[in-house]
Amino acid sequence: MFLEQLINGITLGSIYAIVALGYTLVFGVLDIINMAHGEIFMIGAFVSMLIVSKAGAPLPVAFLGAIVVTSAMGLLLERFALRPLRGRPGASHLASLISTIGVSILLENVAHKIFGSGNHLFETSFAEISFTIGPVTVYLVQVVILLISLLLMAGLAIWLSRTRSGKALRAAAENLETAGLLGVDTNRMITATVVIASAMGGVAGVLVGMAFNYINNQIGLSMGLKGLAIIIFGGMGSVYGAMAGGLILGLSETFVVAYGSSGYRDAIAFVAIIVILLIKPQGLFGQTPADARR
Amino acid sequence: MGAEKAKKTAAPKGAPVKAKIGVISIITGQGAAYGEAITNGIKLARDEVNAKGEVLVDLKIEDSSGKQEQALAAAQKLINSEKVVAIIGPTLSNEMFAAGPEANASGVPIMGTSTTAKGIPQIGKFVFRNSMPESQAIPASVGAAVKKYNIRKVALLYGNDDAFTKSGFDTMKEVSEKLKLKILTIQEFQKGQADYKAQLTKIASLKPDAVFCSALYNEGGVILAQARKMGLKVPFVGGNGFNSPKVIDIAKDAAEGLIVATPWFGEKNDPKVKAFVAKYEKAYGKKPDQFAAQAYDAFYIMTNALKAAGAADRGKLRDALAATRNFQGVVGKFSFDAERDVVMTPSVLTVKNGKFAIFN
Repeated sequence: MFLEQLINGITLGSIYAIVALGYTLVFGVLDIINMAHGEIFMIGAFVSMLIVSKAGAPLPVAFLGAIVVTSAMGLLLERFALRPLRGRPGASHLASLISTIGVSILLENVAHKIFGSGNHLFETSFAEISFTIGPVTVYLVQVVILLISLLLMAGLAIWLSRTRSGKALRAAAENLETAGLLGVDTNRMITATVVIASAMGGVAGVLVGMAFNYINNQIGLSMGLKGLAIIIFGGMGSVYGAMAGGLILGLSETFVVAYGSSGYRDAIAFVAIIVILLIKPQGLFGQTPADARR
Repeated sequence: MGAEKAKKTAAPKGAPVKAKIGVISIITGQGAAYGEAITNGIKLARDEVNAKGEVLVDLKIEDSSGKQEQALAAAQKLINSEKVVAIIGPTLSNEMFAAGPEANASGVPIMGTSTTAKGIPQIGKFVFRNSMPESQAIPASVGAAVKKYNIRKVALLYGNDDAFTKSGFDTMKEVSEKLKLKILTIQEFQKGQADYKAQLTKIASLKPDAVFCSALYNEGGVILAQARKMGLKVPFVGGNGFNSPKVIDIAKDAAEGLIVATPWFGEKNDPKVKAFVAKYEKAYGKKPDQFAAQAYDAFYIMTNALKAAGAADRGKLRDALAATRNFQGVVGKFSFDAERDVVMTPSVLTVKNGKFAIFN
């Protein structure tokens, strides 16, 4: 059972990690928590469900469709919910938090109106393929989810550390004003960040559909809360923290069920996070606030 | 004692019994679909009874919106202003806990047709219900499954954040212990969860003979699908939450073999059931569900008791109601026990070729 649960945990953890990456990117650059991220993730899942299960198109098309739609949503979110509040004299940080909460409620209700509150089957013939190694059955989907999330994480890490635009993004994350003075088009940088983060949410939505076969309009809420917990745990704004935190949370949730009590699945995982934060308040990969910014 | 007297004076005296009966139902708001089925069932029965001419009923239907305070206000209006002889409803157990004591204190018989929580008839001697509580349905389905599949070791799985699924689980556990089944593990989940693989992997590793699962259909359907996909092929016995065709919509092929107990089965090969389904479908353009069927029977139970009481008298009606035994309704053969609760045999169903069918 151990190996099977390990695979379950890694699958769940890699999905968590991708969701958390979307949060962390936006937080790193804009210093705000995007509460609509979970719902954008949910919309990505629904778009891919329509493409795969209703239209019968292959999975890559579903990824493409989810990425296109969630990117567009990121663009709209930045234009209409974040930009008008940015740099306004007297506007507090919490104003953008509240406006993203508004967007999240709106999206959840729109999904409810269109799709209803029930579960929707996410059906791919691909999900049926499995192979057995000794006593352990592994589904190809699980392997693919792990591969996709590793690719996504590696791609993001390379982009941030090696490319010009990645460096500009990090500069913007370090200090928005200074980056602007140094010639970085900060508005474009911010838009790009929100769009990329949203697209990652969309990818995570497809992965959830592939892994668990069912989606509903509520999945954004719980996934969003987990994502938030992970970035606090991993260190606010840390890309590596989000990756490690996601995997740790996924694994610990699964093993709490396997070797502990399923009723406390979420509670124990969160208690573990709190304990770690007591030891290392800035999170796993977090910098001490002094040199973080300002 | 009063009950026996009512029985003896049951002979109709020629003149019809005229009575005003109140109905508290959810007409607006979230649970309106339940309320609609219930009032449809009652109206259908009213038309039939009035046409026979022995009892002439004037219905007073009030909306509760599914809210306790509105249910109470409706009850007060029906009792004091409308002076009804009895009340059918309200829809939710919570509402009954508000309206029931009021009716009881005023000496007005009140009968729930969809209230399944523990302790409803115990509110007082004027409070009745004809809706089967889960504590009667689950022993039937578990018993039938244990007998057929020779089940010895079971795994229990339930939603721990919902009063209804929790009480279903309590009954499952009680029944398992009574039948001396070995409970290998008890797994829990929360509403709206997407991933049950950790729980199901653990259950599969313990190799149970069956899984007893108390879940609402939304979670239940997903659990079944994920369990079958990971190769957990043992029989699943579900609580009342599984008793919905929606489970089959969600789980598709994975729903095959699911076992549930239900008081109402619309496909039953019984002329009375067939006639009711046909009439209901003609009147409302859809098939009656459990709520419509139980409400339809409730109206007949009420008017039969009125006939037996011989007059629209609240006290006499109560005694005649309490004396109801072996009433043959569309749901089945129905009696009240000494506590005015349900005595009847549920049908045990299983999913076969994508449809509910009698399990045997």
